[in-house]
Amino acid sequence: MARVLLFGRLADQAGWRDRAIEAMSLSALRAVIAGDDPDLAEALSGPGVQVAVDKTVVRGEAALLASTEVAFLPPMSGG
Amino acid sequence: MITLTEAPFEPGALLTAFCVGRAETGAVASFVGLARAEQGQAAALELEAYPGFTDAAIQDFAEAAKARFSLHDYRIVHRTGHIAPGEAIVFVATAAGHRRAAFEACDFLMDWLKSRAPFWKKEHGPGGARWIEPTDRDRTDASRWDQE
Repeated sequence: MARVLLFGRLADQAGWRDRAIEAMSLSALRAVIAGDDPDLAEALSGPGVQVAVDKTVVRGEAALLASTEVAFLPPMSGG
Repeated sequence: MITLTEAPFEPGALLTAFCVGRAETGAVASFVGLARAEQGQAAALELEAYPGFTDAAIQDFAEAAKARFSLHDYRIVHRTGHIAPGEAIVFVATAAGHRRAAFEACDFLMDWLKSRAPFWKKEHGPGGARWIEPTDRDRTDASRWDQE
């Protein structure tokens, strides 16, 4: 059960910012989200969106354990 | 030291505290960024951070700046959440042996904070809310340090 966090415009689009989702890998997590909200899944794969697993940015696939935190980060604006 | 805070802060008090007990520091430079009203177009700013990620990224960058400019110390305070026009958004202070390093490090830190720091910024105005991305000017300001 990964804890999924959305930031910025992604959270506005989804209508949620913090949700527990059952998935053993990042690709499985994307598939679960796609089944629920295809537009959101597309936005999560969009240009400039980074993924952080337990607060470290990862590229490509990652295994998810229970209590893993996955954050989808749209392009950062600076402060 | 890095602080992210949802509460308004008083820049003068931060600067005073930062200057205390520095017998070997010859120069302290500071910068305060305020939220602009944009002639009524910006009723409020909303800044979102990722606690534990945003502060770690700022810390990594500030430590690199400390090494690059031989700083004695730095202090960064950044607001998050809702910020009203006229309120301070960011405070940066740098301490060094001499003024040039203190000025340049402060400028360097601000260019990065404005363009590359992991925040998500929303502007609330009369026409609704919109998410803001860095301007070309912000990117140019930050990239001038890359070539040196």
